Amino acid sequence: MTPPLAVFFVLAGIGAVSLILQKHPIHSALSLIVVMIALAGLYLLLGAEFVAAVQIIVYGGAIMVLFVFVIMLLNAGVEEHTSISKMAGAPGLLLVVALAGFVAATIAKSTESVQATPQTGQIASTIGISNMLFKDFVYPFELTSFLILVAVLGATVLAQREKS
Amino acid sequence: MISFLSPFLSANAELVITVVKIVLLLFIVLTVNAYLTWFERKVVAHMQTRWGPHRVGPHGLLQPLADGVKFLFKEDPTPAGVDKFVYYLAPLLALALALTSIALIPFGPEPIRLFGHDIYLGIAPPDLNMGILALFAITALGVYGVALAGWSSNSKYPLLGGLRSSAQMISYELAMTMSVVGVLLMAGSFNLKRIIEAQAHPHHPELGILGWNVWPQFLGFFCFFVAAVAETNRVPFDLPEAESELVAGFHTEYASFKFAMFFIAEYTSMITVSCLCSILFFGGWLSPFPASWTFTHYLPSVILIPFGLWVIWDGIRYETVFGRIILPGLGTAIAGLGAVFVLLPNVNEFIQGPFWLLSKIFVFLFVYVWTRGTLPRFRYDQLMAFGWKLLLPLSILNVIVTSFVILAKMQWWGAK
Repeated sequence: MTPPLAVFFVLAGIGAVSLILQKHPIHSALSLIVVMIALAGLYLLLGAEFVAAVQIIVYGGAIMVLFVFVIMLLNAGVEEHTSISKMAGAPGLLLVVALAGFVAATIAKSTESVQATPQTGQIASTIGISNMLFKDFVYPFELTSFLILVAVLGATVLAQREKS
Repeated sequence: MISFLSPFLSANAELVITVVKIVLLLFIVLTVNAYLTWFERKVVAHMQTRWGPHRVGPHGLLQPLADGVKFLFKEDPTPAGVDKFVYYLAPLLALALALTSIALIPFGPEPIRLFGHDIYLGIAPPDLNMGILALFAITALGVYGVALAGWSSNSKYPLLGGLRSSAQMISYELAMTMSVVGVLLMAGSFNLKRIIEAQAHPHHPELGILGWNVWPQFLGFFCFFVAAVAETNRVPFDLPEAESELVAGFHTEYASFKFAMFFIAEYTSMITVSCLCSILFFGGWLSPFPASWTFTHYLPSVILIPFGLWVIWDGIRYETVFGRIILPGLGTAIAGLGAVFVLLPNVNEFIQGPFWLLSKIFVFLFVYVWTRGTLPRFRYDQLMAFGWKLLLPLSILNVIVTSFVILAKMQWWGAK
């Protein structure tokens, strides 16, 4: 792992931990933005320029702005942290260790594909992505967009005032 | 001293050049910002048959300096009950993002050859493939400065301003991004340099102004410019700081230099938007004249020399002694610059690109000020309806029509 990669890696980790530990919703949202941008940095350094930019535009920009907007609109205050219940704590810790072990084992087992090596060439470029989306995976892609359309329609129906 | 430094310089030439370029660009952008406020006040004043600033220095030319000093030395109180971290973060974020976006703009086609290195005008490398994407990424984050400032101030007017601005920026960002897609389709690239070169039409060098994107993409340009004005929170879209309703909106609780940071950020984004408009739709550094009209290369001198002479003539009759010294000196410098361009053909050739780009940027900055002097502010529901019901459908229509035309060209005329 190169030093710039490590910086973004650590940044993403710090952001994720801070996201959970912060008491105020806005601070948590800000931490999540840090995570998103750090992930974009990782994508960029791995050669996926388009994905990095889209990550910042969509996640760092649009979605997180909505989060912040809603938190501001509802004027959510400081949250109380309850002490972790023992019932939830013990299995949770166990699960965390198991998950971390599983991820580490997968990365260690894989020889080349999952290792952090920069992808170059067609696949990472915009042309490569659009070829995959609109040629190889066009039906799943269209199905996904249909799903999003349904969600948009549902949101519109829910948001509409009832006609008296 | 120099010999001690030279091994370091030659080993890290790229780094040193970039740092020097950053410092230079920062200096230029901040100076331009300062004089943009002077220009705006002057132009708006003359539109309203007033004089505008004219006390500090000849024609009020030292007013930006006085304002800057005032910003630095004013008391900087932090209101009670603010969220300290976010309150200090917000202006920093706004300024940093605004200045970063300027770094992605290329200012000229040809590099200068200095000390054995090709130095391009502009900080980002000219072959940056994701130029426009990176700019949109920075713009997408720009809303945080305003929104967080409004929230962290612990005061009702800033909160309302912050909320308004978040809603406004989310709405108009969509239209802005969609309106550029037509240009990207025509250029086939995200690279800003490539987008300009596509407008030069290498096979038809005589097209000049007719080859620019603004003709086929007029709808896109309209949507882009309106959405961009809304993104920069300028009149008639300055609802986040509507003084008649919200005191000063999101920056009500900011004073001294923290306020200045928001101010500089706003003016810097005006410059960025003007750069983008010229690059995407008005041919960037391309000359509006056909390539064979080489005599138009003397245009910078034809503008600079008479302007310099006029400043001298105006200066020697000026009321104050200070003005009678400063203005003729300034005029001599301007006219001298024009004379240098005439006398040195190499230099003249080199400045053609930057000259045209800067002229276009200047025109767009003027349009900004012009709209401010002309249009009243939108009402909030009008703003939302305008963005969602007019701009967004129009820009999507533009994308569809452009794609069909490009497809038709490829199918039937075999053009690429």
